[in-house]
Amino acid sequence: MLNVSWTRIYAILTKETQQLRRDRLSSGMIIGMPVVMCLLFGYAINTDVRHLKAAVADQANTQLSRQLIIDAQASQVLDIIGSVHTGKEIKELLDAGKIRVGILIPHDFERRLEQKDRPAAQLLIDGSDPTILGAARSLTSITLNNMAGSVTSPTKLFEVRNYYNAERRSAVFIVPGLIGVIVTMTMILFTAVAIVRERERGNLELLINTPVRTGELMIGKVIPYIVIGLVQVTLILLLAIILFQVPINGAVIDIYLAALIFITANLMMGLVISTFAKSQFQAMQMTFFFFLPSILLSGFMFPFDGMPAAAQYLAEVLPLTHFLRLIRGIILKGANIGQMMWDMYALFVFALVTLGLAIARFKKRLE
Amino acid sequence: MNAELAIESHDLTRRFGKLTAVDHLAMRVPRNMIYGFLGPNGSGKSTTIRMLCGLLTPSEGTVNVLGHKVPGDAELLKQKIGYMTQRFSLYDDLTVMENLQFIARVYSLPKAKQLRRIEKALQTYFLSDRTRQFAGTLSGGQKQRLALACATLHKPELLFLDEPTSAVDPQSRRDFWESLFRLVHKGTTILVSTHYMDEAERCHRLAILDHGRMVADGSPQQLMDTITTTVVEIASASPQDAHDALQEKEGIASVTQLGQRLRVLVEKSIDDPIAHVKTFLKHANVDAQAEITRASLEDVFVASTHKQVSDAER
Ligand SMILES: Nc1ncnc2c1ncn2[C@@H]1O[C@H](COP(=O)(O)OP(=O)(O)OP(=O)(O)O)[C@@H](O)[C@H]1O
Ligand SMILES: [Mg+2]
Repeated sequence: MLNVSWTRIYAILTKETQQLRRDRLSSGMIIGMPVVMCLLFGYAINTDVRHLKAAVADQANTQLSRQLIIDAQASQVLDIIGSVHTGKEIKELLDAGKIRVGILIPHDFERRLEQKDRPAAQLLIDGSDPTILGAARSLTSITLNNMAGSVTSPTKLFEVRNYYNAERRSAVFIVPGLIGVIVTMTMILFTAVAIVRERERGNLELLINTPVRTGELMIGKVIPYIVIGLVQVTLILLLAIILFQVPINGAVIDIYLAALIFITANLMMGLVISTFAKSQFQAMQMTFFFFLPSILLSGFMFPFDGMPAAAQYLAEVLPLTHFLRLIRGIILKGANIGQMMWDMYALFVFALVTLGLAIARFKKRLE
Repeated sequence: MNAELAIESHDLTRRFGKLTAVDHLAMRVPRNMIYGFLGPNGSGKSTTIRMLCGLLTPSEGTVNVLGHKVPGDAELLKQKIGYMTQRFSLYDDLTVMENLQFIARVYSLPKAKQLRRIEKALQTYFLSDRTRQFAGTLSGGQKQRLALACATLHKPELLFLDEPTSAVDPQSRRDFWESLFRLVHKGTTILVSTHYMDEAERCHRLAILDHGRMVADGSPQQLMDTITTTVVEIASASPQDAHDALQEKEGIASVTQLGQRLRVLVEKSIDDPIAHVKTFLKHANVDAQAEITRASLEDVFVASTHKQVSDAER
């Protein structure tokens, strides 16, 4: 690694940039992928479920309880299609699939409200569909705000709680995470084919006969994509702010610092894949096998805390897990990077180890 | 290591599974000359060149190139050698100019020199009007000229050319060889593989490979003088019949038809080759004239590679 030649690195990165510029598909992917994914996840795959069929058993039948039902309906999450008398009836309707949610307001509803230590009402939900669970969470944020002089405490209104997005807007939560997902996908794909492509097109025999060192080759190949990754991050951030009104609570510089190291880590991972894959198709398959657990375990799809311990340990190895913590911390919580150095170190170590692995695996030989 | 030698190998061997592609090759390539590599398809020319460049690890044997042990010290060698691969290996999606610039940078040519060298190379290889064309869209011959321009851009001491003119027209091939001689004049050593006899004849020295073994080594003249067969030329009104009468007969190494004439290689062990040939012809009732003639390089090639085949068959 000593006496690295910048001229040679420059040679590789210029060549790589020129090739990339002419590759319509890849260029399209750089811009197209963030936009499409943002729109898809931000709008279409909306976890704000609305118009769930619901039934109510209002055993209290007081002014307050009726108000609660009106509020629930007004939230548009529920369509109250019927009213029954007991929890048992609600259960039967749920079992039959006639309703997805049932609201049970007990006789002592108002007294429970004053006691504050017990939930005032019960939300019975069809837990077979996780998105409904999410919807139920959002319901719990209903407060009896229409009641003048109310003494209610909003979090105690329903038994189901533990909601995490106070504004009931999933885009706010999902879009920052999307930065990580899109960067993982595109960055790994780009470098995963980097060396295989040279081999498949017959360029490798020439390339390995030049004085270029393995480390120089790797760095030269990665630099253009770091720039592209940062462009993508900027694009998604802009979409997040403009389309989804995501508040950027932390410092922009922190976002970019975290993104930079995260991008690098993924590019290095791609290089490692590239040294294993025998064809571009294989490289894509391997990318997918890395991408899938990243999405599933990192906390992007499912809450991290809900996963079994083994899955959590595994997730710690994935760069996306650390980046999601960083980016959500910075954007949503307004944290600064100094408070999350552990995740930064983790990404740094990942990048170093994978770079080392790629260099060790790549031989300037044909066999 | 002899300082006069550019390449020296002992027992250089490469196996691919059961196949021995290169078989205990002992090479001695003196500096400052064109050394030709002649051999049929699959005889191990490319494999040998790859081992000499350090791109393939030998299964056995030692190689010393320009004083460096290969593959161990291959990296020290890279700056000193140029390699033109058999298959076009420049970047199809880069222009001629961009390819040359890439090579100039990757060999760390000083900025000031880069442009001058590239200009010169474009002129030498007749590519000046193609600088903005994508390499992938060049014709076969143009691609090979570009490849040679790239392989020589950093002025290597030693140049490996693997079938550099397989797609080049005769006139361009002449120009191509002109430029090779100019390079040798300036002190370059060139190892070139080829299937063309006229090219082989222009080499200072030749090695003929067959089934990975070196079956002949020397100057074209030496090889023609020491050929192991006698060349008999036969003129006949019915050359096809004459051909069939002689094909695969005792003491006859090979029969080649050239229009109305046949070129017959007769083993040296036959005392009177003319009489030997005529016996077979008479037997088949073919009327023909026969005379002994000078061996050409092609005869040498056929004789040495043919023997190898028949040895293997026995
Ligand atoms: N990577 C490889 N794996 C397996 N066999 C190989 C490999 N490379 C070469 N061979 C075999 O080794 C033998 C020699 O191949 P090589 O390419 O050196 O021949 P060549 O003399 O260059 O032939 P040509 O004139 O057709 O270019 C061939 O039989 C070939 O099939
Ligand atoms: Mg070959």
